Amino acid sequence: MTKVEELAQGVLSGEIRSIARAITVIENNAPEAKKLVSSIYPHTGKAHIIGFTGAGGAGKSTLIEKIVREYRRNGKTVGVVAVDPTSPFTGGAFLGDRIRMQELSTDPGVFIRSMASRNYPGGIARATKDAVKVLDAAGKDIVIVETVGAGQSEVEIIKVAQTVVVVHAPGLGDEIQAIKAGIMEIADIFVVNKADRENANKTVMDIQAILQLNNKETAWKPPVLKTVALTGEGVPQLIEKIEEHRLLLEKGLKHKGSREKAEAELIEAIKEKVVSSVLEGLRKEGEFEQLVGEIVEREIDPASAAEKLLKKALKDAEA
Amino acid sequence: MQTERKIRVLIAKPGLDSHDRGAKVVARALRDAGMEVIYTGLRQTPEQIAETALQEDVDVIGLSILSGAHKTLFPRIMDLLKKKGLTDVTVFAGGIIPEEDVEEMKKLGIKEVFGPGTPTERIIKYVLENVPKRT
Amino acid sequence: MTMFDQKKLEEVKRERTRWEQTTLPNWLKQSRERKTEFHNHSGMQVKRVYTPEDMENMDYMRDLGFPGEYPFTRGVHATMYRGRLWTMRMFSGFGTAADTNRRFKYLLKEGETGLSIAFDYPTIMGYDSDHPMAKGEVGICGVAIASLKDMETLLDGIPLDKVTTSMTINGPAPILLAMYVAVGDTQGVPREKLGGTTQNDNLKEFFAQNLCIFPPKASVKLTTDIIEYCARHLPRWNPVSISGYHIREAGATALQELAFTIYDGISYVESTLERGLKVDDFAYRLSFFFASHNDFIEEIAKFRAARRLWAKLMKERFKAKSPRSMWMRMHVQTSGCTLTPQQPLNNIVRTTMQALSAVLGGTQSLHTNSFDEALCLPTEEAVRVALRTQQIVAHESGVTSTVDPLAGSYYVEALTNEMEEKAWEYIHKIDDMGGAIPAIEKGFFQKEIADSAYMYQREIEEKKRVIVGVNDYTIAEGKCPIEILRIEPKVETAQVASLRKLKRERDNRKVKEVLDKLHYSAEKDENLMPTIIEAVKAYVSLGEITEVLRMVYGEYKELIVI
Repeated sequence: MTKVEELAQGVLSGEIRSIARAITVIENNAPEAKKLVSSIYPHTGKAHIIGFTGAGGAGKSTLIEKIVREYRRNGKTVGVVAVDPTSPFTGGAFLGDRIRMQELSTDPGVFIRSMASRNYPGGIARATKDAVKVLDAAGKDIVIVETVGAGQSEVEIIKVAQTVVVVHAPGLGDEIQAIKAGIMEIADIFVVNKADRENANKTVMDIQAILQLNNKETAWKPPVLKTVALTGEGVPQLIEKIEEHRLLLEKGLKHKGSREKAEAELIEAIKEKVVSSVLEGLRKEGEFEQLVGEIVEREIDPASAAEKLLKKALKDAEA
Repeated sequence: MQTERKIRVLIAKPGLDSHDRGAKVVARALRDAGMEVIYTGLRQTPEQIAETALQEDVDVIGLSILSGAHKTLFPRIMDLLKKKGLTDVTVFAGGIIPEEDVEEMKKLGIKEVFGPGTPTERIIKYVLENVPKRT
Repeated sequence: MTMFDQKKLEEVKRERTRWEQTTLPNWLKQSRERKTEFHNHSGMQVKRVYTPEDMENMDYMRDLGFPGEYPFTRGVHATMYRGRLWTMRMFSGFGTAADTNRRFKYLLKEGETGLSIAFDYPTIMGYDSDHPMAKGEVGICGVAIASLKDMETLLDGIPLDKVTTSMTINGPAPILLAMYVAVGDTQGVPREKLGGTTQNDNLKEFFAQNLCIFPPKASVKLTTDIIEYCARHLPRWNPVSISGYHIREAGATALQELAFTIYDGISYVESTLERGLKVDDFAYRLSFFFASHNDFIEEIAKFRAARRLWAKLMKERFKAKSPRSMWMRMHVQTSGCTLTPQQPLNNIVRTTMQALSAVLGGTQSLHTNSFDEALCLPTEEAVRVALRTQQIVAHESGVTSTVDPLAGSYYVEALTNEMEEKAWEYIHKIDDMGGAIPAIEKGFFQKEIADSAYMYQREIEEKKRVIVGVNDYTIAEGKCPIEILRIEPKVETAQVASLRKLKRERDNRKVKEVLDKLHYSAEKDENLMPTIIEAVKAYVSLGEITEVLRMVYGEYKELIVI
C-alpha cells in the first residue's frame, strides 16, 4: 500500500490519527491531497452536513456544543470543523472556537478540528469542503461546520452544507442589516440564541418580517427558533427542525440540491485546475512576467493582457 | 495551487491556576509570527490536552503552568501523548517550574522549559527551529 | 479659588518660555535626552518639567481638601499614619490547615496585625480535595479548606474577636464566610464583632483572574448576597474587596486598573441597591484592593485619583449622604508580576519602592511580596524580609510623620488629575455599553487588557523598557541560590483521607436535607447565606455546596480574547 492508500484506509476505518493527518494533508494542499480525496470520495455522502453561520457574539460555538451533546445522546457520532480567520498581514491565526467544546474532546464519538481560513473568502477555508468529506468518509453521522463568524457575507457555506443554520442574538447591534445584506437567502433555519434576553422576541419578529418580504412559493419555509445555548433550552427543537429539513431533502429536494452542489463543485474544480495549469505554462515561457511589467508601466491593461495570454495558451494546448 | 504548509501549535494550560497572561502573550506572538495557534483555555485535563493535540494534528505543544502541579500533570500528559502515537510532536513548557525540576521534566520528553521573562522572540525562534520535519 | 495668583502665573509662563529658549537649548546641544519621548505605564506622555501652570485650574478645596474630608484625595483619615499605621497583612497559606495555622501564629508573633488566607486552587474553584480536578493541586498554592473541620483547624487558637482576617476567595466566598462565621459562633464571638474581608469580587474574575465558576449574572448575585447579609448581620465585615490587583497583574495599565475597578464597584452598588438597601446602609463597608507597580509617581497618582473619583461617584451618582459611604478604603499589594526570577534579591528593592508608593498613596493595608515568589512559594526568611520592608517604611523612612506628603507636587497633582479624567472617559464608555456584564460579554475589558499586556511585553523585548536583570544588566546565573519551599505529596494524601473520613462519619441524612434546601433556595433566588451557614455547620463540604449551585446556575466558560 502506498502512503496515501494507507492514510485513506485509516480514514475509512475511523482511525483518529489518520483523520487528523488527512485533514492536514488537504489543508496544506500537499501533493498527495488530490489522490487522497479521490480515494475517499466514493465513501462519502452518508453524513448529514450542517452549517452554522452568523455574526460573532451570537453564541455559535456554545450552541454547537449543546447540539453535539444532544446528538450524542441520540447515539449519533459527530464531526465538527470550526473555521477562524487568518490574519491577512501575518498569515497566522488564532483558533479559539474549540474552547467552548473542550469537554467533548475526550468523547470518542466526537472529532473536532479547528481550521484557519487561510484567506479564503466567504467564511470557510478552501480545505473545509474536503475536510468535511474526510469526516463523512470516516463514518460520522453528522458533520457540523462553523463559519468564521465575522458578520460578513459568509455564503460559501451553502456549497458545503445541506442544512444551513443562521444564528443571531438580540442586542448585537445592526445584525438585522447583516441578514438583509446576504445571508438571508442561505438560511434553512434561523435561530435567535440568548433568547432569555428581554428583546429576543423583537429579534424574532424582525427576522420574520424580512422573511415575509420573500413571498416565493417554496417547499421549505425557514422557521425561526429560539434557543438559550447556555442552558440548552430549545436545542431539541432545533435538532427536530434540522431533521425535518434533512427528510425533505431526502424526499426530493435532495436530488436537486445535490446536483446543484455537484455542479458548483465541478465548476470550482475546473477553475482551479485551469488556472493552475495555464499559469504554470505561462510562467515557464516568461511572457507572464513580462506582461506583469507592462501592466505596472501602464502599457497594457490587465484584461487585455489576460486575453492575449489566454489566446496563446489555448493555441498551445490545441497544438 | 501551491503547497501551503503552516505550523500548527497547541498552547495548553493544565492545572487549576488561572494565570494565562503568559500563555496568551505567547499565543499571540506565535500567531503574529505566522503560525496557527490553537488555545483551549484554562484548566485542561491531561486527557483533553492529548486528545486535542491528536485531533488538531499539531506540530508543537506549549504547556503553561504556574500552579506547581507540573510534577503530577506533566508525566500524565507525556504518557498519554506517547500512547496516542504523538511522539513526533515537539513539547515545550513555560510558567513557574523550579530549576531543580527542569531536568526531570526534560527526561519526560519535554524538550525545553522557558521561565518567566523569556522573550517571545526566543520562543518563536525555538519553535521555528524545532518543528518536526514531517511529510 | 485657583491655587496661584494670576499675575504670578503669567510670570511663570513668561519665564518658562524664556527658559525654553535660552537655558534648555544649551543643555540639549551638549547632550541629547535619553529618549525623544517619556511615557508612564498608562501611555501618558510625561513632560520634561512640571510647573504651577500644570495646576492652573486646580482649586485646593474642591480638588484636594483636608484629610478625612471630601473629596478625600489626601486620605480617608484625618491623621493618617500619625494615628494608626496601615495593617500589615501578609497573604499566606499552604499545605494543610494545620501547616497554615502554624505560619499564622509565626506571623502574628513577628508583628503582623491581620491574617490573610490564601486558598489552594481546588478550594478557589469549588472542588473538594478528593475531586479528580484537584489531583496534584491540594495545598500547593494555598491552604486546602474543604469543610468546616479544616477551617476549625486553620483558626485554632486564634481569637476571632481580636484578629481580623482577609480571605482571598470569590466564587465560593459565601461558603468560606459561612465557615468563618461558624467558627466565630463556636468561639462565642458575637457576630457583630467579627471583622475581616472576603474578596468576593466576581466581576473581575471574568476578565482578569479567570477563576470563575458560575456565569456573570449568578456570580454578581452571590457577591450581592454577601453584601446584603453583612449589611444586616456582620457590620464589621468588609463583604467585598473590589480588586484592581488582578486586572493589573493580567496586564492592564495603571489607568485601566483604576477605571475598571471603579466600574466593578459601581456595578455592586447598583446590584445591592436593587435589593432595597439604602446606599448609606452598605457603602461604608465596600473596600478596594489595588496593585502597586514600578512607576513610583504614577502609582501614587493612581491611588489619590481613585479616592477622589470614588467619593464623587458616591456623592453625585449614588447620592450618598454619609461621608463614610464616600471613603475609599484600600488594601494594596506590591505587584507580583514585576518580580523577576533573575537576580531575585533585586526584588527586595522593587518591593520597597512599591510599598513606599502605596504608603505615599495613603493605603489602609499592605501586603509586600517576598523576593522569591517568581520562583516558588515564599520561604519563611523571604516572608520576614518582606514584612520588615513594611516596618522599615513605617518606622525609619519618615514618610509617616505627615499626611499625604507629596500633595502639591506639580507632577503628582497634574498626574492625579489626568488619571481621574481619563478614568472618567472609560466609565462613560462602559456606561454606554450597558454596564460591566455587557462589556464582559463583548470582550471589551479582555481586549483592552490583552493589548496592554502584549504591548508591555513588546516594549521589554524591544528594550524600550529596561527591566534590570532581565533585558539589561544581566549576569550569567548559576544554580538558583535560594532555598525553595516545597509541598510534599503526602499533604494531598492526608487531606483526602481526612475529608473522606469526615464524609463517612457526619450525619449524612442531615447533609442531604440541607442540600435539598439549598437547591430550593437557589432556584427561588433567595439570599443563600443563611442556608449555607446551616450547611457548613452540618459539615457539608465546599465541593458539595458548589455542586448544587453549579446545577442551578450552570458553569461559566471563558471568553478568550487575545
